[in-house]
Amino acid sequence: MKAIGLIIVVLVGALLLYSTEDFPSWGDPASPASVHVAAHHLKKAIPETSVPNVVTAVLADYRGYDTMFETSVIFCAGLGCFVLLRLFKKRDDDSYYRHVATGITLHIKKDKIPDASSEFERIDTLWTPYDLIVKNVCRILAPFVQLFALYVIAHGHHSPGGGFQGGVILGASVILIAISHDMRTALGRISEKTVHILMAVGVLIYSGIGALCILMGRNFLDYAALSRILFTDKIEARSLGIFGVEVGVGITVMAVMISIYNNLSSEGRQDEGL
Amino acid sequence: MSDLVVAVLGKYNYWLYIILMMIGIYAMIAKKNLIKKLVGMNIFQTSIILFYVSIGCKKGGTIPILEHSPGHHMVEPAHYINPLPHVLMLTAIVVSVSTFGVALALALKIYRKHKTLEEDEILMQLRPE
Repeated sequence: MKAIGLIIVVLVGALLLYSTEDFPSWGDPASPASVHVAAHHLKKAIPETSVPNVVTAVLADYRGYDTMFETSVIFCAGLGCFVLLRLFKKRDDDSYYRHVATGITLHIKKDKIPDASSEFERIDTLWTPYDLIVKNVCRILAPFVQLFALYVIAHGHHSPGGGFQGGVILGASVILIAISHDMRTALGRISEKTVHILMAVGVLIYSGIGALCILMGRNFLDYAALSRILFTDKIEARSLGIFGVEVGVGITVMAVMISIYNNLSSEGRQDEGL
Repeated sequence: MSDLVVAVLGKYNYWLYIILMMIGIYAMIAKKNLIKKLVGMNIFQTSIILFYVSIGCKKGGTIPILEHSPGHHMVEPAHYINPLPHVLMLTAIVVSVSTFGVALALALKIYRKHKTLEEDEILMQLRPE
């Protein structure tokens, strides 16, 4: 199998390398990809949408359908992970508790699990982070990470950023809490139910803004129609519509990242894990 | 010989992406472990992302964020790199992370059922002699 694979790979690679002869050279401003629609986007982005970051303008306005269905793909991936992995059976293994004051670990055999108390904290079987510095630094860092994520989403019109990037950073802040403390702490901050509602809410915001444009008498995702309810001119309405769509994307991406992490790391039980 | 060197240096982005892509394909074909196959798939996706981003590059061009001031609407497209490949890859990165998550979930399911991630051992269990 290895020899066949190597032969196939070398042959395909040689064919692809041979075909690069016809490709434009690196950094050529007159390459086919740069002369047709891309030049139009660069010239018209500010007059038509008033968004200086052309990437954001193309992402959410000129290619709005594409981005909407990419968001749906991410939503479906989150749902797929949930359907594949989630187990609603409580684990009947042993559980471990730590006495907070002395650090002594209690091993409770298959028995009724006691409620949480201030003297004892439940710890995971395999993953028992017990480092005061790591815990507290991550706890203090998380709000600043979230603030930065909100900046990345809201400032996507003027700097590199937008819904996808900001959503991933937002999700990372919750995953940071889950890694530095344990999964139950992170689920206490943002529960599984909330995550799944947010997953759907993001897609709903995106397609809802599109549907609102139809109700206002224009095409789906033609944000200029929103000028009448936003009390702005059509160009400014496009800019605001792009912002609303980016918020929807950010919410979905954040929720899907958290959901995939929770399901994967706890093998679908969502009680203990990394 | 010098022609070849000029040809390679003028299009080195394609060489890099093809080498990465072939490493990814080789891992997907030859490796027995499912996780190694998935890592190969991720290398493959990364090579495509590299390919697209390098297509958008223009010599002497800057990032496609325009100056936003009243009366400043004249834009020369040759001065800004192509935004379209960046848009496509922006979404592709997040989608590749999500699909990787689903793939890992499937691998976890397979591990739960067969207690192994080696392809030949799984096939042995599926086809008892």
